[in-house]
Formats: sequence, C-alpha cells, structure tokens
Amino acid sequence: MKKFNIFGSRRTWAWPYVLFLVLFVLLPLLLIVVYAFTDPEGHLTIKNFVQFFRTTEAVNTFIYSLAIAMLTTIICLLLGYPAAYIMATSELKTPAVMSMLFILPMWINFLLRTLATVELFNMFSIPLGEGALLYGMCYDFLPFMIYPIYNTLQKMDKSLIEAAYDLGANRLEVFTKVILPLSTPGIYSGIIMVFMPTVSTFAISELLTHNKITLFGSLIQRAFGEGGLQMWNYGAALSLIMLIIIGITSFFGDKEESPSQAGLI
Amino acid sequence: MNNQIYLTPVQIEARRRQRNLMVRRIASQTYLWLLLLLLYAPILLIVIFSFTKSKVLGNWTGFTFGLYENLLTGYDATSQVRVDPNLYRALLYTGLVAVIAATCATLLGTLAAIGIYNMRQKGRRAIQFMNSIPMINPDILTGISLFLLFVFLGISRGLTTVIIAHVVFCTPYVVLSVMPRLTKMNPNIYEAALDLGATPAQALRKVLVPELWPGMVSGFILSLTLSIDDFGVTFFTKGSNGLETLSTFIYADARKGGLTPELRPLFTIIFITILVLLIIMNIRTNKHAKKQ
Repeated sequence: MKKFNIFGSRRTWAWPYVLFLVLFVLLPLLLIVVYAFTDPEGHLTIKNFVQFFRTTEAVNTFIYSLAIAMLTTIICLLLGYPAAYIMATSELKTPAVMSMLFILPMWINFLLRTLATVELFNMFSIPLGEGALLYGMCYDFLPFMIYPIYNTLQKMDKSLIEAAYDLGANRLEVFTKVILPLSTPGIYSGIIMVFMPTVSTFAISELLTHNKITLFGSLIQRAFGEGGLQMWNYGAALSLIMLIIIGITSFFGDKEESPSQAGLI
Repeated sequence: MNNQIYLTPVQIEARRRQRNLMVRRIASQTYLWLLLLLLYAPILLIVIFSFTKSKVLGNWTGFTFGLYENLLTGYDATSQVRVDPNLYRALLYTGLVAVIAATCATLLGTLAAIGIYNMRQKGRRAIQFMNSIPMINPDILTGISLFLLFVFLGISRGLTTVIIAHVVFCTPYVVLSVMPRLTKMNPNIYEAALDLGATPAQALRKVLVPELWPGMVSGFILSLTLSIDDFGVTFFTKGSNGLETLSTFIYADARKGGLTPELRPLFTIIFITILVLLIIMNIRTNKHAKKQ
C-alpha cells in the first residue's frame, strides 16, 4: 500500500489518456452501434440488419470470408508451428538472425508485397483466384503466427522435456503431452493475430483476385466508399457484425498475452 | 540455444540418436530456408526489377539504374515525363504523420502508463481494457468508427484526423512498452529525489524519464512502424482532399491499373536500409553480449 502514498497524486496523469480513449475509442464504437440501428433520418430501425440477412450475396460473402480466414489461420498454424519449433529448439548457430529474417518482410509495405505476389503469379501464368488469395493471405500473415509461438516455446522450461524423457516418454508423447500444451498461449495469440486481420481485410483480396472475389471487408468498405448516407447505416450494421465476430474471437484469446509481449518487436 | 543431446546409458543407442539428430537438423534447416524463400520471393522480385526500366513488374528490359535516377531527380529523361509528384507528397506525408503521431503517442502513453501504474486495481483494469480495444480492433473497424466520429462531430477529414487516428492505434503499444519499466523500477528513488529537494517536475525529468527511456524508445519505434505500415485506418480518415500516404497511394495506383515503376527502387532502398540497420544492431548486441 506504500506505493499509493508515494505516487498518490500521479494517478491523475492517466486522465488525459482516459479522456482520449473515451472520445476516440469508446464514442466511435458507440457510434457504430447507433448508426447500425438507425436510418438516415435518425429513426430507430433494424432494417439495416434485415437488408443484410435478406441479401443472399451478402450472407454468402460473410460465410465465405469466415471460411477463408479460418483456412488461412489453419494453414499458417501448420506451416508456422514447425518453423517456430525448429527456431526455438534446434541448435541453429544464429537463432537471432533467423528470427530477424522472418520479421524483415513485414517492414515492406504489405500492399506492395501483395502486388509483387500478383506479379509472381502472372510470371508463372498462374490464374488469380481462390488459390492466389489463400497463398497471399498466408504469405502476409505467416510471421504473425510464427512469432508468438516462437516466443512461448523459447520461454519454455527445457528441463520439463528432459524430465519427460527421463520418465520414459517417447518423442511423440513428449511433444503431445509436454511441448504442445505448454505452447498453447502462443498458439492462441497466433491464431488471433492471423484470424482477425484476415477476416477483416479488404485490400488484399481486391488486389490478389482483381476484384473477382469479394470478402466481407470489401463489402463494408464499399458501403462507405460508394453510395449515399443510406449506405453508411448499412455499413455500420455490417461493421457491428464484424465487431461481434472480433469480440467472440478475442474472448477465446489469452488475455495476458498482448501483441507486444508476443514479440512483434 | 543448445539442444540437449539425450545420452542414453548405452553408447550405441547414443550414436544412433546422434545420426538421427543430424538428419533432423538438415531437414529442419531446409524447411526454414524454404519458408524464407517463399517469404522473400516477392520482395526479391521487387528488388530485381528495380534495376530495369519496364513499366510493369516482371518484364525485364535490360539492366539500368534508370528508375533510381528517375526517383532521385523526379524526372524521366528518356520519355521526358515527370515522375508522379503525388509519390513524393505521399512519401512526405507518410513521414510527417508517422513522426508526429509517434511523438504524441509516446508522450500520451508514457504519462498514461505512470498514471495507470499508480491506480487502484479497479480503475487500472478498466483503463487496461480500453487500452486493449485499439490493439484488438482490426484496422477497418478502427477506421470506420473514427470516420463516423468525424462525420458525427462535423470535423472535415484531413491531415489532423489521420494523425489523431494514428495516435489512437499507436498509444496502447507505448503504454505496454513503458509499463514493464515501471514495474521493474524501484519506486523509492522518486521519493528520494523529492526528499532531497527536487520538485516533482525535476524528479520527473531527472529520475523517472531516464528510468523509463528504453521503454519509451521502443514504444516510439513501434509506433513509427505501425504508422508507416498502416493502410486501413488512413484509408477511412484521410478524406477526399487528395491527402495520400504511401499505403493509400499504392492502393489507388494499383486500382488504376499500373503501379508507378519508381516505387520499386524506393522500396528497394527502404528494404536495404532496414536490412543494414538490423545487421548493425545485431552485431552490436552480439558484441555487447560477448563483453558480458
């Protein structure tokens, strides 16, 4: 309790930020809800949601986006886990350099990288479509999966593995019963960090498929980019649906593991 | 770092394991390098095709530094056209927004971290929850919610709104990078400074800031990179007065059809600069580690 006596007055130092958060984080989110449940004249209505659920195309896009995001997340996990595992456990001469090499691509603007991927596909005359989209998404977000897993694996107490071997476990058992359970926090944050941006992206899919495939993010973007005021309310309704998805996903996440702790820098 | 080689009592078994380990090591190394190749292929493509003057990526028309010349002079001597001036403005705005937003975020976030650290459990939890919202929210939602706010308040969108938006998603990371420094700090040294006659402002400048500095710096750098890389939030808060950052410029460019060729040398330069910086940092930390 002594801490409070010393620092007592400095509690107020957070107030500017609290004010800032209320004005620029809470109020805007509240506005999404308000716009979603009103029409352009400001009357309370649920017709924005009715419009969404009645448009088969929109609902299909929504489900399709969820599926693509899940698939991307699974592929990233399958590709990323072994990489993180190898980096964290094997005797690489330079694990620091290796881990640096995996983040370095993220310093190049992701739109430019995506466009370069498009050119790569064009060079080998691979048609742009679902395959290209999946490849591009995995390519863009793979480091987000590798990092948190690598970090938890690295922090893991290695003597537990030794103990498991000493107690007679074989390699498979050591992996499934010791290493995998211990790395679940990393897996959780990896899944969230890949799933969230992929389910909400709009630019990547537009560039990678030449607008052939529309994702839910593009649907939202169009509602705000084109059309009049009416579309804003509809767009807000779509945003609210996305917000709910994000809320549900983050609920499953490890609350202690923040992105910065997950080792993005 | 070092893998444990689990020696069994039986020597032969140990040898067999060692051989397996070798095979596994080669296989796992190959896997890592294959993944890296996959990650770097598009970047290599950009770098390679920055040395040719074709309009489109993937069409090699001979080695030349032409694009670099164009980028630096802003003028294409062979076809006698100017390089899109919007590219330079986008570059300028990207830097301007990043520096201002990161500075504001660092100041706001550091103050907030000190305040939060000194709060009671309840208030602390509430703020930490609010602090995590911008980090969890995808850029499109942050962008749209702020778009609605600016429309609602009747603020016309432009440079200021973009900077505010960037401060929104950068500050939480500053708070998180300053927080651990506070918990590690000995709280008595601040008190000692006050006891020895320092004013709170002096104690802040001479005791607190030096202690928190590393956290502030990493928060600042993280903010810079987040700001430079951002597309979604900027897209919804930049308005339609022609304000573009590099991300939105590239997006608009790509949707028009052709990508400005000068982007290739620009990003090659950025990439190589970062690569060199990271290598230097790595060498320095290695030296530092060896000394200790």
